[in-house]
Amino acid sequence: MSTLGTLAATLRAVLGDGQVLTDRQDLRTYECDGLANHRVVPGIVVLPRDTAECARTVRECVAAGVPFVARGSGTGLSGGALPRADGVLIVTARMRRILAVDAADERATVEPGVINLQVSKAAAEHGYYYAPDPSSQQVCSIGGNVAENSGGAHCLKYGFTTHHVLGAEIVTPEGEVVELGGPAPDPPGYDLLGAFVGAEGTLGIATRVTVRLTRLPQSVRTLLAAFPTTAAAGAATSAVIAAGVIPAAVEMMDALAVEAAEAAVACGYPAGAGAVLIVDLDGPTAEVEAQFAQVTALFETHGATELRVAATEAERTLFWRGRKSAFAAVGRISPDYIVQDGVIPRTALPEVLARIGEIAAGHGVRVANVFHAGDGNLHPLVLFDAAKPGEDERAEEASGAIIDLCIEYGGSITGEHGVGTDKAKYMPRMFTADDLDTMQLLRCAFDPAGLANPGKIFPEPRLCGEIPRKHHGSDAPTGLY
Amino acid sequence: MEWAPATEADHIDGVPARWVAAPTTTAEAAAVLERAARDNLAVGIRGGGTKLDWGLPPRRLDLLVDTKRLSGVLEHAAGDLIAIVRAGTRLDTLDFGSQHLALDPLPGATVGGTVALNTSGPRRLLHGTARDLLIGITVVRPDGRVTRSGGKVVKNVAGYDLGKLYTGSYGTLGLITECVFRLHPVAGARAVVTTPVPRADLGALLATIRAEQVVPSAVELDRPDDGPVTVAVLVEGTPAGVHDRAAQLEKATGGTTSADPPPWWGRYPWQPGETGVKLTAPLSRVPALAEPGVRGSAGTGVLYARLTGDIPARLDRIRAAAIAAGGHAVVLTAPPDVRERVDMWGPVPGLALMRRVKDRFDPGHRFAPGRFAGGI
Repeated sequence: MSTLGTLAATLRAVLGDGQVLTDRQDLRTYECDGLANHRVVPGIVVLPRDTAECARTVRECVAAGVPFVARGSGTGLSGGALPRADGVLIVTARMRRILAVDAADERATVEPGVINLQVSKAAAEHGYYYAPDPSSQQVCSIGGNVAENSGGAHCLKYGFTTHHVLGAEIVTPEGEVVELGGPAPDPPGYDLLGAFVGAEGTLGIATRVTVRLTRLPQSVRTLLAAFPTTAAAGAATSAVIAAGVIPAAVEMMDALAVEAAEAAVACGYPAGAGAVLIVDLDGPTAEVEAQFAQVTALFETHGATELRVAATEAERTLFWRGRKSAFAAVGRISPDYIVQDGVIPRTALPEVLARIGEIAAGHGVRVANVFHAGDGNLHPLVLFDAAKPGEDERAEEASGAIIDLCIEYGGSITGEHGVGTDKAKYMPRMFTADDLDTMQLLRCAFDPAGLANPGKIFPEPRLCGEIPRKHHGSDAPTGLY
Repeated sequence: MEWAPATEADHIDGVPARWVAAPTTTAEAAAVLERAARDNLAVGIRGGGTKLDWGLPPRRLDLLVDTKRLSGVLEHAAGDLIAIVRAGTRLDTLDFGSQHLALDPLPGATVGGTVALNTSGPRRLLHGTARDLLIGITVVRPDGRVTRSGGKVVKNVAGYDLGKLYTGSYGTLGLITECVFRLHPVAGARAVVTTPVPRADLGALLATIRAEQVVPSAVELDRPDDGPVTVAVLVEGTPAGVHDRAAQLEKATGGTTSADPPPWWGRYPWQPGETGVKLTAPLSRVPALAEPGVRGSAGTGVLYARLTGDIPARLDRIRAAAIAAGGHAVVLTAPPDVRERVDMWGPVPGLALMRRVKDRFDPGHRFAPGRFAGGI
């Protein structure tokens, strides 16, 4: 029997038939995550029901020398949960219990398959919510959020997943169950939890997560502003931040993105706007009112052609609907598209958008821009038609050129989607060989055999090698690890 | 880069160094550490020298790297709310105009020392700690190689977030030379609402403060050796907003508003040479730890205790209480005779993994050997 065949039989014997999938049709369900142009049918799919089953699965993989990949809801946009044909896909969908909501401690403990929005729903009756809110929050899982260090529209003010995770029980790549962090802050020793969050499943699998809950704000105001150009909208955003106001969210869409959203969800954004800003202000009522007056005044002096304030929750939802549907909406105006996730210093926005326009023109593709304007996280959508010869290559080139632009301006290749499969090739453009080598030191400490989600984040697979125990003058280890 | 022979002042907690080097740039620091690696030297790092008596003394020490000349702000991008600062810069000298790095400085402490020992103050409630504000870091590895992680934009998930790993690592993984921080606007107004409370009512008072949606920057408590607990809440924002929020808190707590925090604010409750312990617990269990001599962040569950008398016995008791509450009790500093008799760190979950990390980053165990948890 093949290695995978033997492993599948072992896993069935210890976990039960229902937890192990090997039928080709079943396996195909899991062949991609949200980055649907990368597809690999996994060798085996395992659906553990608890930590012990997850740890046992990993230990069997280690014993067989088979790589494994963890998957939550499969909404990731960088191929972080892309399976291996020669490996096991461990899906956390059956670990979906909310174990505790402790309002008095401002925290909740959940299993990794719990959906992001469910945490906020469970906390709402106590007057709390879970702050990180990726656009996919109705379907994405907390385990996936931890792996990707997910952000969302409101991370400008509230931070990312890493700021809201207090502890995690993990299964290490060697199959041990270890507690990182815990119910209290600042546990002694290295902050391994901080390193684990955002490691994209390469340092193990979270099987239980304790998150911080945030008190619901006393007041929320949402406004929508139209500007003649993206440069004007960018300048208005900068003026707000220069005035010392940190909105909960500042989102921008350019004319093409607005056109797409309008076609898809009829959100009723101002016609003919060169750019639309959606701003959330939240906090104590008196602060929100003061900030609201500041923001509207600044928007007017920076040339806003229209200002709308959401008077009801329904209007607020409508303002956000266009933005939240933007990625899917471009499907209405283009058969294919690539989503980018680069970050730039926000002050460089006007220049960078002009350069993106040049890149698009130079490659004969259209680019719709949707982004978190407050923190400079761009989501350029490179539109193309794969049916037309050469367009997909040109779109891919344009996409790479945009990434280079972000690096040139001192930014990042990814703000929240992760490196995954998609952007591993760009890592050497952002980091030196020594930087990447140092990250490998951490990976090797957790995963000496290199079985946890291999091929993600780092451009080339690396062996860990032995740890040199002694370190003497002439035989200092150079390039050994 | 010249190395100087160490003087009498060049020691870490009583362990004398043989040489001292004071690099001015990351490149000079790399040259120093490359040579130290070649010569298999044990390395200690000194910033402002304010916490050299924290943790345990190093098992061995050859070269003391002094960061006092590795100082200065390299970049302040005000529009982007970030700054790049060399590690030897004193935190209390940073001036970013209408912006600030929202870490409460210990007098004389450097940026690098604050990150390496992960100290935090009252405003951690709203702004988090060094780990939360650090968005990029440059570190010279024990083998002398210069490495960076993170970057200079706040939102960035490219590669491992090694800044978290270095934060609080006590100089056992390498030399921090430059830090990139997220900044915050300085608030236009602030107020402090102070309420004395019997210990029996402390839990209810803290719950009341949490229930009000006033978004405090800090919720601190102080329990002197005699007298009731005092709880002080800091609110920061616009003048109108702060006025309303303080009034709301006064009404809810029966406290009184002042412009400035009380004199004990942000100071450890111990004096140099005494025993100081960091206690942590989930929020609802904070009252269980609020013994006499305890002070700190009731709003985050991070308290500090001054231990006197029969210190080992008191430590045992307070550590048992912290562990029962779900937290920890770590002795930050203690005189040598106490250190010899107590377990400084208490239980350290995940220690085996931490040792593996140390083995990879510093295979010769030359950087601050023995200073850290579990003898790392």
